[in-house]
Amino acid sequence: MRGIISAAGYVPYRRLARSDIAAFMGGGGGKGTRAVASHDEDTTTLGVEAARLALRSGGGRLPDTILFATAQPAYLDKTNATAMAAALRLPADTGAYDFGGALRSGMGALATALRGNDSTLVVAADMRDGLPTSGDEAAGGDAGAAVLVGDGPEVLAELVGAAAATDEFTDRWRAPGERTSKLWEERFGENRYVALGQDALGRAMKAADIESGDIGRLAITGMHSRAVSGLAKKLKLADGVVVDDLTSSVGQSGTAHPLLVLASVLESLAVEGAPDGTVCVALHLADGADALVLRTTDALARWQPARPVSEQVGNGGTITYAKFLAWRGQLQPEPPRRPEPARVSSTAAHRNEEWKFGFVGSRDKSSGAIHMPPSRVSMQGGAVDEMEPAAMADAVGTVVTSTIDRLAYSPSPPIVFAVVDFDGGGRFPVELTDTDAEEIRAGSRVEMTFRRLFSADGIHDYFWKARPVRAGG
Amino acid sequence: MGSHGIYDKVAIVGMGCTQFAELWEKGLDDLIVDASTEAFTSAGIGKDDVDAYWFGTAQSGMSGITLARPLQLANKPVTRVENYCTTGSEALRGAVYAVASGAYDVAMAVGAEKVKDSGYQGLNAMNPPGDGTARTLTAAAMFSMVAPAYAQKYGVDEETMAEVLASIAVKNHANGAKNPRAQFRREITKEAALSSPRLAGSLGVFDCAGVADGAAAAIVVRAEDARNYTDKPLYIKALSFAAGSGSGLIDPGYDYTHFPECEAAAADAYAQAGITDPRRQLAMAEVHDCFTPTELVLMEDLGFAPRGTAWKEVLAGTFALDGDLPVNPDGGLKSFGHPVGASGLRMFFECWLQMRREAPAERQIATVDRGLAMTHNLGGYPGEMVSFVSVVGSELG
Repeated sequence: MRGIISAAGYVPYRRLARSDIAAFMGGGGGKGTRAVASHDEDTTTLGVEAARLALRSGGGRLPDTILFATAQPAYLDKTNATAMAAALRLPADTGAYDFGGALRSGMGALATALRGNDSTLVVAADMRDGLPTSGDEAAGGDAGAAVLVGDGPEVLAELVGAAAATDEFTDRWRAPGERTSKLWEERFGENRYVALGQDALGRAMKAADIESGDIGRLAITGMHSRAVSGLAKKLKLADGVVVDDLTSSVGQSGTAHPLLVLASVLESLAVEGAPDGTVCVALHLADGADALVLRTTDALARWQPARPVSEQVGNGGTITYAKFLAWRGQLQPEPPRRPEPARVSSTAAHRNEEWKFGFVGSRDKSSGAIHMPPSRVSMQGGAVDEMEPAAMADAVGTVVTSTIDRLAYSPSPPIVFAVVDFDGGGRFPVELTDTDAEEIRAGSRVEMTFRRLFSADGIHDYFWKARPVRAGG
Repeated sequence: MGSHGIYDKVAIVGMGCTQFAELWEKGLDDLIVDASTEAFTSAGIGKDDVDAYWFGTAQSGMSGITLARPLQLANKPVTRVENYCTTGSEALRGAVYAVASGAYDVAMAVGAEKVKDSGYQGLNAMNPPGDGTARTLTAAAMFSMVAPAYAQKYGVDEETMAEVLASIAVKNHANGAKNPRAQFRREITKEAALSSPRLAGSLGVFDCAGVADGAAAAIVVRAEDARNYTDKPLYIKALSFAAGSGSGLIDPGYDYTHFPECEAAAADAYAQAGITDPRRQLAMAEVHDCFTPTELVLMEDLGFAPRGTAWKEVLAGTFALDGDLPVNPDGGLKSFGHPVGASGLRMFFECWLQMRREAPAERQIATVDRGLAMTHNLGGYPGEMVSFVSVVGSELG
């Protein structure tokens, strides 16, 4: 039995109210909210956060391969999935590959993994931009999603049918290096996508040997919102079958979106205690259509999602439109008058990969003292080279004391900083993120999150920060 | 093994100190020449009479050439030192030990920093290439965590704590106002200190040392030779140094209410100097008041007040110019700014003036007859710090 072993979405903390766009610009925007990645997040970090959640609820299974899809890669030429593998501490014999560029690549990576043989972690993440007041700006969203695919009795949802419909037409396009897309007249795409969606879905159902009435949940996703809603209407399925596509709360998150909604569907079925054998269909419209038909198994009832998408959606914090524009480079506020950091040393970063990417300190075997960064000589007792690795990325801690630095360089000042004591030992003074300064005080509970601190000379500085522990976020 | 000190073996016989300020018209070379020339004149000697030089600068230059070229020294041994914000003290340490060892008859320490050429406010460290995981927090933010930790531990309410810190700023600015070499020569009110814009945590502009260019210099000889140069030498009673392991940053036992490196340096210096009651034996202390909570905590680390009581002593005026133990009678880092290479030697310069009764009348301390003065200089942050302490005296024995 091959299928999905675990799945998770990651919705960044900030939400932009679409009505703020019109209030600021005099036009644009709309109803609802869109998720906004923090200034210290990129598609790699969004993907890492989703993958951490998927692995945490994946019963300890590690993948043979990690595939990463995004239309907004942090690097070109250099594989982004390698940073993810490092952050997830996957063994060196894990294959790590990027599916880059196109919005179809997330669904494509998942379909490929489901049809493959080895255990594969499919990660997709995107940050969607549009020019101020554009439909893309309001409709877009930032998110990551990860699906662990493999074989065995832990499979929650078995693949029972799949189909692709590919068509060459120019509806949405973006030249390399540009942040925003261009669109053809909307009716053309709608016409194509509705037909392609029907075609792919029909053939996938046939392959799965089911009728449309057998479908328990249908997740239709795609950047073309009129095509998505038009297709949903045309299929005339029973009420409640076509699921909320999260565009009103998260926004359309590009390559990540079909995986994000699928993860959300599986999570809600698990929470609801849906009967075994519920048929879930993911149908994604991008340069054609891809349909995956999955049937839930008895393992779903035992599955415990680490942090369901619905909880994350409900636990966001606000961001002003002005700050959103600044974070996206559409507005350039005066930077702090401090020297910008130098680029990271590639050799030093590689030497310290376990620390920098994995947040692994060292624990003195005799005293138990935890050293972050890892140290060869113990601060207690002075033993030399008597350390074992201390994995701290999943540790939760308590703020001992904190401060706000209004002087230090930051891409988005001020810096909120805290001294954190971790449950089970270890102290680390660390920058906080996804927080408003007033929120942090002695006693605040925090957890670690993988972030991009800054970039210099095109090299991204990935490391860990702490963020408040919030239900779902 | 042991720290034996060099009690009364070496004496300072000449000093110089520039004004500390934003000296736009002066380069590093000018600062070096000004401070050195004043020191040579003070000791009544020339540059060729000095056998060896120690030059302290944190990041204004590299190697002994940075001193040798502007002074046109001919093949003298010149050592450049750096030790965070204790760099100036470190230069003196090298010179003093060189004389104490018998290697040289006359040695000179020069400390200088040209800070205001960077184009940025504040001090900005130039770090070696790294893996990108080091903290980028300012010193102000790191030290700002001391104030709430202290207040909580000793039950000082927020308003009182703010008043304590403001009192330290008011005192040091009042002293600096009487000092022509200080960067800031205006007294401030407690209200001004309390209402200044916040920079880091609860620390406002007036809680932080200024940023200035400056240089200072000292000439040292064997104690028995001192009176060949001056009638009023300053004898070195103790020099101590403590470099922390940095474990305070990651040790859950550290509570940000004291600086163990400073306690260790003070204990060593007091042992060397035979001091058992610093509050009453010392005539004055120059301490590293980079931020107001730093000075507060130092009053306890250096043994001037029992733990948890310095805040009351501050409010009582114990450390004022006319108090029981004047602290930073020259105005401190608060009034002088902090040209890193020079600050440690600037502290000695105030001891030089005060203990020789050469400070201006409005600043001369009444406690001078106690005969002993201390300088304390630190670098780094709470949890990861270096600390220097010296004791100097106006008499032998």
